[in-house]
Amino acid sequence: MTTATAHAPKDQSQAELERRMLRQMLLIRHFEEKAAEAYALGKIGGFCHLYIGQEAVAVGSLAALRDDDYVISSYREHGQALVRGISAGAVMAELFGKATGCSKGKGGSMHLFDAEKRFMGGHGIVGGHVPLGAGIGFAIKYKGGNQVCICYFGEAAVNIGAFHETLNMASVYHLPVIFCCENNRYGMGTAFERVAAVTDVAEHACSYDMAAEFVNGMDALAVYAATQRAVERARKGGHPTLLEVRTYRFMGHSMSDPLHGVYRTKDEVEEQKKRDPISQLALKLKEDGALDQAGLDALDAEVRAEVEEAVKFADASPDPDPGELTTHVVAD
Amino acid sequence: MAAKVFMEALSPTMEEGRLVKWHKQEGDAVKVGETLAEVETDKAVMDLIARADGVLRQVAVTDGQTVPVGSVVAVIAAPGEDVSSPVTTPAAVTSVSGKRETGNVGLATTAAPVAVSPAQVVSGADATHVKASPLAKRMAKEAGVDLKLVTGSGPGGRVVRRDLETAGRVEKGEVRSVAASAAVQRSEPLPSPVSPVAARSGGAYEDVPLTQIRKTIAKRLATSLGPIPHFFLTTEVDMERAAEARDALNRQLGDRGKVSFNDIIVKATALALTKHRACNAWFQEDHIRYWNEVHLGMAVAVEDGLITPVIRNADLKPLLEIGQEAKQLADKARSRRLQPSEYTGATFSVSNLGMFDIDQFTAVINPPEAGIIAVGSIAPKPVVWDGQVVPRRRMRITMSCDHRVIDGATGAAFLRTLKEMLENPLAMLL
Amino acid sequence: MPTLTYRDALNQALREEMQRDAYVFLMGEEVGVYQGAYKVSRGLLEEFGPTRVVDTPIAELGFAGIGVGAAMAGLRPVIEFMTWNFAVLALDQIVNSAAKLLYESGGQFPIPIVFRGPNGAALQLGAQHSQAWESWLSHIPGLKVVAPATPADAKGLLKSAIRDNNPVIVLEGEMLYNTKGEVPEGEYVVPIGRADVKRAGRDVTLICHSKTVAVALKAAEQLAEQEGVSAEVVDLRSLRPLDEAAITASVAKTNRAVVVEEGWPHCGIGAQVVDVIQREAFDHLDAPVLRVTQADVPMPYNRQLERLAKPSPDKVVAAARRVLYLD
Repeated sequence: MTTATAHAPKDQSQAELERRMLRQMLLIRHFEEKAAEAYALGKIGGFCHLYIGQEAVAVGSLAALRDDDYVISSYREHGQALVRGISAGAVMAELFGKATGCSKGKGGSMHLFDAEKRFMGGHGIVGGHVPLGAGIGFAIKYKGGNQVCICYFGEAAVNIGAFHETLNMASVYHLPVIFCCENNRYGMGTAFERVAAVTDVAEHACSYDMAAEFVNGMDALAVYAATQRAVERARKGGHPTLLEVRTYRFMGHSMSDPLHGVYRTKDEVEEQKKRDPISQLALKLKEDGALDQAGLDALDAEVRAEVEEAVKFADASPDPDPGELTTHVVAD
Repeated sequence: MAAKVFMEALSPTMEEGRLVKWHKQEGDAVKVGETLAEVETDKAVMDLIARADGVLRQVAVTDGQTVPVGSVVAVIAAPGEDVSSPVTTPAAVTSVSGKRETGNVGLATTAAPVAVSPAQVVSGADATHVKASPLAKRMAKEAGVDLKLVTGSGPGGRVVRRDLETAGRVEKGEVRSVAASAAVQRSEPLPSPVSPVAARSGGAYEDVPLTQIRKTIAKRLATSLGPIPHFFLTTEVDMERAAEARDALNRQLGDRGKVSFNDIIVKATALALTKHRACNAWFQEDHIRYWNEVHLGMAVAVEDGLITPVIRNADLKPLLEIGQEAKQLADKARSRRLQPSEYTGATFSVSNLGMFDIDQFTAVINPPEAGIIAVGSIAPKPVVWDGQVVPRRRMRITMSCDHRVIDGATGAAFLRTLKEMLENPLAMLL
Repeated sequence: MPTLTYRDALNQALREEMQRDAYVFLMGEEVGVYQGAYKVSRGLLEEFGPTRVVDTPIAELGFAGIGVGAAMAGLRPVIEFMTWNFAVLALDQIVNSAAKLLYESGGQFPIPIVFRGPNGAALQLGAQHSQAWESWLSHIPGLKVVAPATPADAKGLLKSAIRDNNPVIVLEGEMLYNTKGEVPEGEYVVPIGRADVKRAGRDVTLICHSKTVAVALKAAEQLAEQEGVSAEVVDLRSLRPLDEAAITASVAKTNRAVVVEEGWPHCGIGAQVVDVIQREAFDHLDAPVLRVTQADVPMPYNRQLERLAKPSPDKVVAAARRVLYLD
């Protein structure tokens, strides 16, 4: 297990990749900010778990996957959904509960799905989707393909039974799954060290004889590199990997959770913001000469406009027809 | 093999019968069709007929004894047959009794007053809640059976399907419209409250058991005046021309017959009803039956009560025939010899107390009919006629209407037509 | 027509469906090398290999979830629980994943999975190994639940379940595996959602499923011999959806019903049947509907106590007599 750092060669395709990653992180950031605003205006109900601060994890990891690979995540999945290619409009409309949402308004923030993009949800029970990720890996292997499945979850899920049962079986059956633990240090209001006997999540892998890595989650390129290694492992031999990606969320656990003051200090949050993944990558692009301030501003404006469009689209979209109440309970 | 002789249901509503008089004695030979005894039903005195050949044995009921329908009253045995095991004396009367099953007769002639079911709810006077299974309630409703008259054999007295089936009232699964009322006992508010046979000498009072006919009147009364929303319309009819017409007719007829005022009133009423079908109707629980035929019930006083024989198709019959029929029916009624078909099925009724010098009175409707007219005496009265006060023969008619079927204007229109016919008899030809 | 045991009928169904569709696979504890804890999967590992007949660790939640994930990605898993008592551990996957994914995703992810295993009591297995789970599972929209009582129904319903594009719960029974019956050969499929009149009658309807079908049939015989009563036995076969039309038609004919069920009385599956009857056949009822259930206690170990706890033909006869007003 090594701590990975990113050193990108200064060539066009790499610069292109990095610009794309920056744009994606900006998209997530502005989208989540707009979502927070919409929630405060009552347009989004129930739960809304924001990804602000963790953008590099989704962006960096998904850059290493193909279109025919599978993605499954927890309820903090807006970021993965956007990067995977579900349009901002479809995601915002789903948050607003509209018929044009990616789950037809019947799922909400925690249940974003897109079968065509192989985005397998959006799941609400902590750790409940981890076995599903392994099942997808099982199907890939069964059919003889070389796709992989990446399964995101938080560090608190590592304590639940389903996690252990799944990782054991993924190892026993040699399933092509990347278990990507987004360790943002806090399970809702509880610091990980208060409830975990072993706080280095990657260390759990040895219980299952599984490969593992620690990754700096605030560095998109580091995440990218680590994921590429895991993907290789999975495609070649059907071996799963446990990635512990250390990141931080700048917002509360959800919209109902305070930013700071209860379980973490304002200073800590401010300190972490200095490691903002977007600023880091933007700085690197500038230093590499791949993007200047004007370019950055233009990119930012473009993304903001895209998010504005998404909000307009969601506002204008209709609610689902009342008849939809009883559809899709059973399949034909 | 000995054949049992049962107390049979000789009228549609009969639940018990009083054996008035045995015509055959123990040991007598009997043949099919012979009269074994006279039985008093709730309406009339009927003959109990032998249904087997043999010797009458095991007579279990004495003259004057009342037993429930279905009880064994005797046995007809083969000559020389040993019938040592005694027939058990029939038990006391229960309110559920067997019905003579003659195909559909068991139901078609069920005489439960139709108005009972909604009436129970409306009147509020009867607060007892009948426990019955949903199926039993449905069967009873379809058959027009009053659940309160059925003894329930289920827990807590619940009425269940077999109670309706064994009572012979209903066959499950047969949907029937609510049956016509077979019992056409009309009750009058007039009879004196004092028992007609109260003795002055001896004790302070004498209790006289209700005869069958009184019981039925009482039962019917309770289901009429209370539950049916009556209203009353009175009109005074000038009878001069009717009187003149009657006299002229009778002079003409001579020995061939006589026409009475009552015949004229019956005929006029029948004809008026053909023009006012809305009054010639029956109230059924969830619909009204408008009759196209007119069958007039004619109240007849009998020894200790009242019965209403029916003149069928009175609108079509000639006056003389009406007169003859009325007389025959009245005679039969008084001698308690009316058959059920002769006192059921009226579409409207007439009650005439004119012969008792009553000016006017209100009659109680006979359910399921919707109306009845009460006719008072014909007497000379001073009236204003062409600006002068002159004596003219006048008669008052009071119509009782069931407001669920007949409204004020409808009843009034009928009465006006009737009045026109009586005041100018030729109007009957219009 | 061949006579098979219930167990072999299930085996036949599994084999035929795995031959018919390469994406059907079996997963569970002891299903492969051990030939199945109750020998239902005997011979399947040899025929289809370890990719399609997968032995699992004791991790019900885990392998149930793997099954659901595999179904999301296009396979048709058959997940065996050694008994349904252990499936409680997997309820999060059955209820929150399998049953709800289609709806949550706006129709994008049907889950064509079968969860099967023995349900209810056997003999002296004690409280934790004797529960009947019909109620819990039938409660959930998105699931289908079937409970075959005979070998023929076992084959027909398991085939239907595997072909169904929804999560289907199949409730078998340890006490049923050895029972024998005629089983049609080849393509024999029993539709989900249809009850079956196992014995026609006129006077009272006995509604039952799974192990209580034999109890009801025995009671019907007793009623015929001792009371001259003709009882109709309706085997529900499907618990969700429930064949409301069959229930109503039978009660309309006989006017009275007794429901016989293995589970506990409170909120048991029979309560739902009674709701159907009072709602749809109210005017046909001549008596209240009675239920014969397991006693409202955890299952005791002692043989006599266990017998007292379970539904029996005598209890059904007594209930039938009450609704017939025979006492």
